[in-house]
Amino acid sequence: MSNPNQAMVEKYRSNFLKEVEANVEEGHWVKMCMQCGVCSGSCPLGPHWEHPPQEIFMMIRAGKREEVLGSSSMWMCTSCYNCIARCPRGLPITHIMHGLATYAKRLGLQPKTQPTAKFSQLFWSNLTKTGRVNELKLGLSLYFMNGFANGIKTALKMQDVGLGMYKTGRLNPLEILGGHSIKDTGGLQKMLKKAFEIEEAKIAEYKG
Amino acid sequence: MSEVIATNQTILVVGGGISGLTAALEAAECGKQVILLEKAPSVGGRVSQLYKYFPKLCFPTCGLEIQYRRLKANKNVRLLTMAEVTGVTGEAGNFNVSVKVSPRYVNENCTACGECEKAVSTEFDDEFNYGMKKRKGAYLTSAMAYPQRYVIDPRIVAGDDGAKAKEACKYNAVDLEMQEQELSLNVGAVVWATGWKPYDAAKIQPYGYDRYDNVISNVEFERMLDPFGPTGGKIVRPSDGQAPKNIAFIQCAGSRDQNHLKHCSRICCMATLKQTTYIKEQLGDDCKSTVYYIDIRAIDRIDDFHRMVKADPNVTFVKSKVANITGGADDNVLLNGVDTEGYHRYRNEHDLVVLATGMESTVPAGVLPTGVEINEHNFIELDSDSGIYGAGCSSDALDVNRAAQNATAAALRAIQVVTRVAGQEG
Ligand SMILES: Cc1cc2nc3c(=O)[nH]c(=O)nc-3n(C[C@H](O)[C@H](O)[C@H](O)COP(=O)(O)OP(=O)(O)OC[C@H]3O[C@@H](n4cnc5c(N)ncnc54)[C@H](O)[C@@H]3O)c2cc1C
Ligand code: SF4
Ligand code: SF4
Repeated sequence: MSNPNQAMVEKYRSNFLKEVEANVEEGHWVKMCMQCGVCSGSCPLGPHWEHPPQEIFMMIRAGKREEVLGSSSMWMCTSCYNCIARCPRGLPITHIMHGLATYAKRLGLQPKTQPTAKFSQLFWSNLTKTGRVNELKLGLSLYFMNGFANGIKTALKMQDVGLGMYKTGRLNPLEILGGHSIKDTGGLQKMLKKAFEIEEAKIAEYKG
Repeated sequence: MSEVIATNQTILVVGGGISGLTAALEAAECGKQVILLEKAPSVGGRVSQLYKYFPKLCFPTCGLEIQYRRLKANKNVRLLTMAEVTGVTGEAGNFNVSVKVSPRYVNENCTACGECEKAVSTEFDDEFNYGMKKRKGAYLTSAMAYPQRYVIDPRIVAGDDGAKAKEACKYNAVDLEMQEQELSLNVGAVVWATGWKPYDAAKIQPYGYDRYDNVISNVEFERMLDPFGPTGGKIVRPSDGQAPKNIAFIQCAGSRDQNHLKHCSRICCMATLKQTTYIKEQLGDDCKSTVYYIDIRAIDRIDDFHRMVKADPNVTFVKSKVANITGGADDNVLLNGVDTEGYHRYRNEHDLVVLATGMESTVPAGVLPTGVEINEHNFIELDSDSGIYGAGCSSDALDVNRAAQNATAAALRAIQVVTRVAGQEG
């Protein structure tokens, strides 16, 4: 593309807002933000965000696709709901943050070292295998998320918690053998596959 | 009380603020019969509680005095104070309005000499000063009260103070036997102008109006400037009575907010800009003002005022709605947020915070007949045929100028109804 004007238009095409509206959960709310800043100021994780929610919403409208989807910001959200409680425009900010994170992950654009993203993937794989969360396996995979040595260290540190959970019936050591599951695991897999296909088709419409 | 005569050619105006006064006078000066009802012991409404009004920065006495003089001179208006509408039935051209008139315990003989006030001792929160000051049980609502007639608080009537007040009055004006009255008025059209009340700042939980002494509302700030007001005209910190050096104004406090008032109250931007001029006038370079805002809504002509304030080096503007307020040292407070111009996180210390709270409509529930359309903001819609017309801040959040225009329009519509009735009756 030789025309610099054209290049700029391409760079800032507002298609990204449309893409967010179509593909991100609660994405249609983004245009309602009036840039007051209350959400950003209310977030307890505030100082650790690369871009606070208010800025993310403006970046979406400015078409900064790669910066938004590659940002670690949405992954910092702890679902405290402070922002939703205070937003004067009633935006479901927490949900939009999770929607953006999910979408970025789906496209493989999330920051590669983001621990929340990694954990979310572990949780999802664990849950969808049998339709039930296998606490033992999830715990173990979480411990070893950052390498073997680290895993042993964490496991030792968490010993008492594990024992406590075992005693109160919250953790069954036999789960290691496969664990409990729903009746129709195959049915669940099929459902999820179908849902995934529907989402993929929708995403394909706007995928950059 | 003398008989109130009303017919279906009479226009009833409810609320004696600047809007109700304007509507009543415009209709009366057209030769129509008007009854003006005011709930308080005096007319004047919220305007009489302001120090000065924008954009010209004149004192409220200026506009109100003219209205009072017109009122006094006009035989077509019958004013009833301490009167409240309890129900309206009927239709355009033929309404039946029930009214409750509370006893003032002081009759027309009163010369406002103030002897009763001197004689009594019990004190109550002064409504005119939003409870920032006490007043006696025998009182005049303000120096500018109209009518200039004292009131006896019902809470002292039965006690010693009641007897003392009666004894002190040389003109036989104190009448402790006065009773509440129920009236039933037949009128042709109604202009509803009961105005606004300040949005309850304590409901904006993150701003801690109820937790921090030095977080006040804009209507309270306005009262501080009145030489007869709670601080004798001085701008002070409520915590220690000292002059502040670093005041913050928070715009849209409780307005434009799904959790509070959804509408823009429209006057609070201008009210804040105006209040920064009070600070300049009284404290000069010794006090800075910072205005935290989403966007400044100083519309059309009054944008000049906005520019004038912007040019003042002692006034800073921060584009951000403050997220919350926390306590600091020396009764100061910390304003926390993120600004929109660069997304900088701030924690700014101020020694006094003025919340620019907005206007909440006072249109009552369950009083007006079903034909009257009341919108989601509790304002009366400009519906043309109901025979009941909202005026001033009963129809929208308006400044004095626009409220008066709007009230004149409402009067004109009411005049059309009673003129039609007169035509039919021949
Ligand atoms: C902080 C602040 C500063 C402001 N400064 C300015 C300014 O500088 N310039 C400007 O133009 N505007 C200003 N305004 C706006 C101004 O106050 C309004 O425009 C004005 O008060 C509207 O007049 P109104 O008659 O409609 O209502 P009101 O002034 O509220 O009058 C209503 C009247 O009705 C009476 N009433 C209430 N309920 C009943 C009832 N049920 N029955 C009978 N009577 C009833 C009340 O007692 C009152 O007398 C300011 C507002 C605020 C909040
Ligand atoms: S609080 Fe709501 S309106 Fe304000 S910046 Fe955040 S999302 Fe936008
Ligand atoms: S006038 Fe200004 S402060 Fe008041 S609600 Fe509107 S924008 Fe907010």
